[in-house]
Amino acid sequence: MSAEPILQVNDLKKHYPIRGGFFSGVTANVYAVDGISFHIDKGETLSLVGESGCGKSTVGKAILRLFPITAGQVVLGGQRIDQLSAGKLRPLRQRVQVVFQDPYSSLNPRMRVRDILAEPMTNFGLATGKDAITERAMKLMDKVGLPRDAVHRWPHEFSGGQRQRIGIARALAAEPEIIICDEAVSALDVSVKAQIVNLLGDLQKELGLALLFISHDLAIVEHMTHRVAVMYLGKIVEMGTKQQIFAAPRHPYTKALLSAVPVPDPKVKRERILLKGDVPSPINPPKGCRFNTRCPYVFDRCRIEEPPLRAMAEGHVAACHLHDLPAADNPLLTQGEPAPVHA
Amino acid sequence: MNAQAPAPVPADLAVAPALPDVLKPRKPLTGFTGFLRKNPSIAIGGALLGVMFFIAVFAPLLWTVDPTSISPARRTRVPSELYWFGTDMLGRDIYSRVIYGARVSLLVGFSVAILASIAGLTIGLFSGFVRVADGIIMRVIDGMMSIPPILLAIALMALTRGSVQNVIIAITIAEIPRVARLVRGVVLSLREQPYVDAAVAAGTRTPMIIFRHILPNTMAPMSVQATYICASAMIVEAILSFIGAGIPPATPSWGNIMAEGRALWQVRPHIILFPAIFLSLTVLAVNLLGDGLRDALDPRMAKNL
Repeated sequence: MSAEPILQVNDLKKHYPIRGGFFSGVTANVYAVDGISFHIDKGETLSLVGESGCGKSTVGKAILRLFPITAGQVVLGGQRIDQLSAGKLRPLRQRVQVVFQDPYSSLNPRMRVRDILAEPMTNFGLATGKDAITERAMKLMDKVGLPRDAVHRWPHEFSGGQRQRIGIARALAAEPEIIICDEAVSALDVSVKAQIVNLLGDLQKELGLALLFISHDLAIVEHMTHRVAVMYLGKIVEMGTKQQIFAAPRHPYTKALLSAVPVPDPKVKRERILLKGDVPSPINPPKGCRFNTRCPYVFDRCRIEEPPLRAMAEGHVAACHLHDLPAADNPLLTQGEPAPVHA
Repeated sequence: MNAQAPAPVPADLAVAPALPDVLKPRKPLTGFTGFLRKNPSIAIGGALLGVMFFIAVFAPLLWTVDPTSISPARRTRVPSELYWFGTDMLGRDIYSRVIYGARVSLLVGFSVAILASIAGLTIGLFSGFVRVADGIIMRVIDGMMSIPPILLAIALMALTRGSVQNVIIAITIAEIPRVARLVRGVVLSLREQPYVDAAVAAGTRTPMIIFRHILPNTMAPMSVQATYICASAMIVEAILSFIGAGIPPATPSWGNIMAEGRALWQVRPHIILFPAIFLSLTVLAVNLLGDGLRDALDPRMAKNL
């Protein structure tokens, strides 16, 4: 790990107030993201995984400062950006770009591809003059594997996969250090998905990009990530390298998620851990461990005390009280049958 | 298949008669004529409106006489070779008055459509982007919308004297709330589009976001709304003139002509009939145009924008 991470997020919180009543007072909060910390190094991919509604996308948008955050720090290249004014933040936006999930709504239907790509270039002063901008736009087309003359066309003339390439080209146009891929391949069909994932991987190697890969698809994540952070209900429950997370998960939720990933071998028999019930509401998250309503190994302490992230190994943390038990009694380590769910 | 040398057909082979070409190849409709073929309501509405514009612009050349010259000796004539649409109770030529009346109706209709669109667009954009002002503005708009537009226009006209300019202002004020609501709604949904977020992340300033990403995408619903406002404004103008709250009676407008013919409609229905036909046709033309635009600008149907 290099000394200075490109992006550091410390105890990030984003609560949405719910207003109601006659005088529009705040009646409750949605704890969308409730205190998460991580860092991304140069050229590294960190995947943020979890069920829908767990706050993954909110984290991405908070880093992009698309809205003010409630608490915590976002440190970009050693500089805190969470408190900066819009004017001071604008030049720094160049360093973080984004690729969104839906390739159809992420491109303005009334702008030609060239103008879409020109926007970040002119905003950050990376190219001036019509010809220079068009030239750069064409080079970006080369990079993302689209024909050069595509720059003169409209978004609706492209397929979903091609549009996603244009979205990636727009992100690259700013020459960022980190790209946030917010479910960037979820809306694409399988073969196109593989193409885009490989494209992102190639670009990362070529340009030394860091990626924050927000996804719910563990198969894709395993293919392209260096490290994984597992989120549940606004918190990170486990974080570690790809090998640590996939080979030795240390949180019951991670185990359950992994057990749901299909294995391309019909002979492999695997214990499916079926989680009961739905994700609790982020308006009123459970006390203690947030996973206690669905955890197969839940015991009394989980309902009272919130588990902190404990170090499992070098660079591997998990938030589970089970790790305070002796190793022999810890079902996560003994790999035994999951105990029947208590009440 | 061997195309160069067709094998000779054996004599005893039954040859099927050539089938009629059921599915004839169709040329795709392209270009201006193709657009009109695909959107007949735009073609019909546009043509009808074009005729009305022609009438309004070239009124003096269309065999008209001075629409305000009175000749009491020849009053309330029925349509004849000399007076195509007859004369009213002051002996004025109704044909000339109806033709000149097109000027007032079209002027009011289009002025109101343009002014109400600009004002509504400004208010809607402001309201959609400045959340603090949104609540206040929308409550005022709600209040204005609770009064029927015709009643509001009558009330506004009561505050001032009748003139074309005042009628336009009064109807514009009455129509603004509907545009502002529409634009605000569109802006609120466009603001949440990922491409707007991407533009923010790409460092675009808010005014540029509005002009580059929001405004162009409000144009389709706006232009449709504008045509409906245009049609509605023409009717409101006629109503205002009819009840004597609008254009001064000396100026020929379709509403005025109908108002003057009201007392005689049982014995001389043609006085009301002809301006009513013209008003109906113009409003129909504008509405057809609006319906056609709505369909043509619908992104699910339009690939040819």
